[in-house]
Amino acid sequence: MLRKIAVPVVACIVFLAFWEFLVWANGWPNYVMASPSDLPAAYTKFWNLFLVMGWQTLWRTVLGLLIAIVFGVFLGMIMGFSRTMRDALYPLLVGFNAIPKATVVPIVALMFVGAHDFNTVLIAFMISFFPIAVSVSIGLSTLEPEYRDILRSLGASQATIFWKIALPKTLPEFFGALKVAVTLAFIGTNLMEIVSPHGRGLGALFDSGKTNSDYPLMFAVLIALAFLGIVLYYVVVALEKIFAGWAERPQG
Amino acid sequence: MSEALIDIRGVRHAYRTASGPLPVLDGLDVSVPEGGFVAVVGPSGCGKSTLTRLIAGLMKPDEGEVWLHGSRVTSPRSTVGMAFQNPVLLEWRSILKNVLLPLEIVPTKLSKADGEARARHLLKLVGLEGFEDKRPSELSGGMRQRASLCRALIHQPEVLILDEPFGALDAFTREDLWQIMHALKAEEPFTGVLITHDLRESIFLADRVVVLSGRPARTQYVLDVNFKGPRDIDHLYTPEAAEMLNTLRHQIEIAQGRTEAGHAA
Ligand SMILES: Nc1ncnc2c1ncn2[C@@H]1O[C@H](COP(=O)(O)OP(=O)(O)OP(=O)(O)O)[C@@H](O)[C@H]1O
Ligand SMILES: [Mg+2]
Repeated sequence: MLRKIAVPVVACIVFLAFWEFLVWANGWPNYVMASPSDLPAAYTKFWNLFLVMGWQTLWRTVLGLLIAIVFGVFLGMIMGFSRTMRDALYPLLVGFNAIPKATVVPIVALMFVGAHDFNTVLIAFMISFFPIAVSVSIGLSTLEPEYRDILRSLGASQATIFWKIALPKTLPEFFGALKVAVTLAFIGTNLMEIVSPHGRGLGALFDSGKTNSDYPLMFAVLIALAFLGIVLYYVVVALEKIFAGWAERPQG
Repeated sequence: MSEALIDIRGVRHAYRTASGPLPVLDGLDVSVPEGGFVAVVGPSGCGKSTLTRLIAGLMKPDEGEVWLHGSRVTSPRSTVGMAFQNPVLLEWRSILKNVLLPLEIVPTKLSKADGEARARHLLKLVGLEGFEDKRPSELSGGMRQRASLCRALIHQPEVLILDEPFGALDAFTREDLWQIMHALKAEEPFTGVLITHDLRESIFLADRVVVLSGRPARTQYVLDVNFKGPRDIDHLYTPEAAEMLNTLRHQIEIAQGRTEAGHAA
């Protein structure tokens, strides 16, 4: 347990020290690259902004992700249970996913101009439902027929088969996809916050740092984003441990 | 007729495939008396698993009838237990919870505590005492198969359908499980249908062996096994056993089309 915490903490410290050293050794000024020692000043100066903006980024990411989960699981179920729907929806879905979201962001920002919350949640959702839908559909469609038959031969309904077998069996794939999706949703949120004019959230704070040439602030935002991203990711990992911990093979 | 618990009459079935209908069963008749144990052997791909799916009510035959305890089978019913070559245990459940699964589906008179006691009893009977709380992945293949047998029996089914349950096991484990099957049969009053590729297994476990012809399958030959009830591995090394095995082997060769019927060696 101690090792589990100590190793990443030490890794972070080493990383920060290396960064500080790099800036110091090269004699970079602040506008090229801020060093870790500049960051506390930025945080103390803008701490209330960090809290407000960080919260906005967080809740919009999480809301977008939750919608992506509901929609992605629903879509995955449809595609997982029906071959026809799978054949019909797959190309559409792949095509949609292939569009670089950086091009969608300005379109959405202009389409619903001023609706910052809506825009941001929408992009976070759009960018992150794909892996969830695919993983659920693959998990369901590759369920071995014998698993179905075990319950079906007892007269179980489709719903019972889904709850007792299909759903739990798909959970490991689902959480694998969720780890990807949470990162994507986070990227989506920030893209929108940066691009959208007069936006909110950490992305907007980054943008204002850029307009004011406040380089330490920009780097401070980056670190805050990294921190939030890590927190979100590990929340998913914790949920995975609780709900799909059985899929972890004992190491031997 | 009325005493047959499973009665299959003139069943024909074809799968609809991309390249047209594939006839699999073509005039199949099998009847199993209550408490009986029938083994079904036949060439690979002749339709044995299809037969089990028909008995279990998972499919309806194109033609002919499947009767179970005096009523026509048209859909799955909770009085059937099944085990396959693949034990299909649920990895997120303990062995005990896996065995208890059918009780969560079928209407049962057993209380929760009684069901659990029954599960523990069955597990003990098959030699899995002490493994109740283990995960399936912590068990060997033979042990998983034993747990799967317990699951098939937990809800006291009238009919136990076994589709090559021992096919993937090594010879010693398989013989172990044969003995366990006899122990289970002595305690549980089920009527059994066993699909197998192993002729020794068929005469060791069943009291009747049905040989199916090659696809499309019909009943080609029925052999009544001379020994009744529990038996010992030694039985397989008696002259009677040798004769039965010889007959069956010859019938399989006919079914495979390697020997002409009537030109018996
Ligand atoms: N769902 C299906 N759709 C189309 N064809 C099928 C289907 N299931 C089985 N078949 C075909 O029907 C035939 C009989 O299959 P079945 O599984 O009943 O054979 P089997 O006797 O159990 O074979 P084995 O001894 O190898 O287990 C095979 O040729 C198989 O390809
Ligand atoms: Mg088969």
